[in-house]
Amino acid sequence: MIPELGQLALILALLLAALQCALPIFGAWRDHRPLMATARSLAVGQFVFVALAFGILTYAFLVQDFSVAYVAQNSNLQLPWWYRFPAVWGAHEGSLLLWVLILNVWTLAVAALGGKLPERFHARVLGVLGFVAFGFLLFSLTTSNPFARILPAPADGADLNPVLQDPGLIMHPPVLYMGYVGFSVAFAFAIAALLGGELQSAWVRWSRPWTNVAWGFLSAGIVAGSWWAYSELGWGGWWFWDPVENASFMPWLVGAALIHAQAVTDKRGGLRAWTMLLAIFAFSLSLLGTFLVRSGVLTSVHSFAADPKRGVFILGFLAVVVGGSLLLYALRAPKVAGGKPFALASRETLILIGNLMLTVAAATVLLGTLYPLVGEALNIGRISVGAPYFGFLFMLLMTPLVLALPFAPLSRWGNADLALWKRAGLRIVGLSILSGIIGWVLGARDFLPLLGVTAATYVLSGTAIYAIKRWKEAPRGKRYPLEMFGMLCAHAGVGVFIAGAILTRSLSIEQDVALSPGQTAHVGVYDFKFDGVAETQGPNWLAQQGTVDVSKNGETIVTLYPQKRTYPRGQVQTEASIHPGVFRDLYVSLGDPLGDGDWALRVYDKPFVRWIWAGGLLMMLGGFCAAADKRFRMRREATALEVSGATATTRIEVVEQNA
Amino acid sequence: MKVRLIPFAVFALLVVLFGVGIVWNEHHDPNYVPSPLIGKAAPAFDLPKLDDPAQRVRKADLLGKAYLINVFASWCFACGDEHPVLMEYANKFGVPLIGYDYKDKPVDAKAWLARHGNPYSQVITDESGATAIDFGVYGAPETFLVDARGVIRYKHIGPLTAEVIAQELEPAIRAAQGAMR
Amino acid sequence: MNPVRKRRLIVISLIVLAVGIAAALTVFALQQNMTYLYSPSEVEAGHAPMHARFRLGGVVKEGSIHRVPGTLTTDFVVTDRFHDMRVQYTGILPDLFREGQSVITTGLMQNGQFDASEVLAKHDETYMPKEVADAIAKAKAEHRIPAAAQGGGTR
Repeated sequence: MIPELGQLALILALLLAALQCALPIFGAWRDHRPLMATARSLAVGQFVFVALAFGILTYAFLVQDFSVAYVAQNSNLQLPWWYRFPAVWGAHEGSLLLWVLILNVWTLAVAALGGKLPERFHARVLGVLGFVAFGFLLFSLTTSNPFARILPAPADGADLNPVLQDPGLIMHPPVLYMGYVGFSVAFAFAIAALLGGELQSAWVRWSRPWTNVAWGFLSAGIVAGSWWAYSELGWGGWWFWDPVENASFMPWLVGAALIHAQAVTDKRGGLRAWTMLLAIFAFSLSLLGTFLVRSGVLTSVHSFAADPKRGVFILGFLAVVVGGSLLLYALRAPKVAGGKPFALASRETLILIGNLMLTVAAATVLLGTLYPLVGEALNIGRISVGAPYFGFLFMLLMTPLVLALPFAPLSRWGNADLALWKRAGLRIVGLSILSGIIGWVLGARDFLPLLGVTAATYVLSGTAIYAIKRWKEAPRGKRYPLEMFGMLCAHAGVGVFIAGAILTRSLSIEQDVALSPGQTAHVGVYDFKFDGVAETQGPNWLAQQGTVDVSKNGETIVTLYPQKRTYPRGQVQTEASIHPGVFRDLYVSLGDPLGDGDWALRVYDKPFVRWIWAGGLLMMLGGFCAAADKRFRMRREATALEVSGATATTRIEVVEQNA
Repeated sequence: MKVRLIPFAVFALLVVLFGVGIVWNEHHDPNYVPSPLIGKAAPAFDLPKLDDPAQRVRKADLLGKAYLINVFASWCFACGDEHPVLMEYANKFGVPLIGYDYKDKPVDAKAWLARHGNPYSQVITDESGATAIDFGVYGAPETFLVDARGVIRYKHIGPLTAEVIAQELEPAIRAAQGAMR
Repeated sequence: MNPVRKRRLIVISLIVLAVGIAAALTVFALQQNMTYLYSPSEVEAGHAPMHARFRLGGVVKEGSIHRVPGTLTTDFVVTDRFHDMRVQYTGILPDLFREGQSVITTGLMQNGQFDASEVLAKHDETYMPKEVADAIAKAKAEHRIPAAAQGGGTR
């Protein structure tokens, strides 16, 4: 009975979403205040019912109601209770419900915090969000109902995919979706501005904190996913350029571009059309990612079971939302000209370079991801595009961005101080060369590790120089407003990430070895002594567990216990054993038994691998801090000016002076 | 105005590409399980019956009428999922459904069928799995449709479901029967 | 030139330059890293490149897996049930690799056999070869995992 209530709640939420889309937008068109005012209560109502449905599905997992097909397919009696929560979003139907729930959380936040927005604008924003929610709820109910029953109910369920039975995965999807779905807010702001035909740049100021928060969450979600792949997939890689990873990475790249373009539009009034386009792209790529993961159009280790019906539905929805927005953009986008002029050497130019690199990178990732489809469409065979394609292009495209990065904060808007560029540039280059020399002295002789050290120093020292400049020049208490602090964090994150990515790649020692019990493998400066394999048992798995003593110069560092688990339905899952460290991870995973107690083992020494995720987390922190800046708190006078019909540019100037 | 239409035009192209992708996928198995046997003569087999091992069933005996071969085993979890579907559809296919007991002890298979019901018109056993290799079987359940000339017309890997039957198997059966007339 | 037009010129030339370079590099990188998938029959028929990397897809033939003792080198046969292709691989095989499993290997032809540098195995979880089911049944008997886990088979 209870699952039927869940379904009923979803149907009611669908109806409310339809109303939340239609009434406020109609009201805004006719300037009908009571209709516009319905938006908030409808958003609250929709949230309540979606949350109820989600709660009921979670409850079904907790009490193991196997008459619900989704529960039966994704859990069984032996599944420990703490994995029954991620099991809720472990497969297509439930994760879609999570998607909708998170969209509702964002909508609720916009409804609650957007009270000072102009009334018609606010109504349109909520209406657009209502439309997106309507599409996804309809999708859920028609093609992927999580509450469908199987009767008679089986005595036990199948299993949660063991790859997903990992603490990293409890957090990964919700955080990632917070990012993915969060771009819907910037999107809704942009569409609301286009629909109204006014406020062509005011929306940017209001949407900035939302974009920053969404991007911060997306960074965190990608970090969690990367860490999960590293610890769970058993071959020590942290990024595979897999279609599903790319699906989350493309909105991230465009989101990073959007954050910077929004800053230009907000502060200078320029790039208005471009910012709007990026806001549409960022969310479109989120939808596209959802489509790619769930339609079965591309296959990948992470993708959900394919169902052509679902593919057709999402494609249709994608066509309506993205096609509609781009058409609206073509018809009503603001004129390209506008905003304050800027010189060739200016912050605007540097931001533009970054924007171009980020969007072109997103486009090349998109092309590489979709290329197999092109091959199929043109019937030239089954093609796959290897990871080196992505790695090569990404490195190339990011080089100009990294070179420009430290100089952007040091440049004034409109016209940069060339003498300052020269002074700071000399210091940055000097410090970078110095770091390279230190790396050489410490024993690095190859090009790549030295490149990693110098590139990271380049970014970090550039960021530090700006921080010091602020410290010296700005009055106390105004040195680091949160927006600027966020920027410093995120830029430092780029530096830390570069160090991690390049040093891990160039200094890692990875060996596949065959060992008998008692034998030792020498990997770099470490000795890995294999002490054989014994059987062990967990709540819902049996495992072959190896014992590996790791020592350096005869001193034991740690004992690692890599496992090869077998789950109830026979799925085998390799669990790597990792000794984490700030400067290096020691990583062992079990391969296959070779007979006579001999085993194949992967033995890795991975220096600086944690810096990759530390960099990502710094970027996340940057996004969150910037969003919290009090500049972005809504002002009464801004709203008042808006109502009085002042042009966007004048208004921005007024606010700028206030700031 | 024209420049602004570029994003829309590019996106429209993408939608077309995805449409092709979906259609392509419907006609191709993305997991690449080659089944070159389709359209080819089924391998000759000569296997004992489950209920009377002294009697044997040969491919030659079955020529002249289309039939389904369903590979199952008592040890196979997914066959348990499939079983109620077979119980429901066995009489609706319009062709005999032959059970192919794969790498299984006859005792276990008999007990399994006695307990859950027997949807099959007859059951043949392949305890060693040797003949199954000729069929390209590498797990259970799998289902083959063989036409009256002994040619494999359709193969499904994994459990049959109501959808698979309605969308793939039944059209294939009709086509196989139609070709004879 | 007035500032607006000048700025536009900067913007447009930057875009054209970036797109041009990116397009050229992308085409280059794609050509370098694109691999096609062939079945053993297609390789037999001479469709696959003789000196370039490609992917070979098929099923691991029953009874064909041999390990070279004391090393991580394995050789096995990938078949599409018409033609066989001998494959050699050095390294750790994926969890799902076993006889009768469909696999995709990447590598190149060397002296008439396929020298793989990567092996990927795909598995449909609703469906299980007997050996796996046996291994689990055995493990269960030994460790007395509650029989409820077998529920799927006893419905």
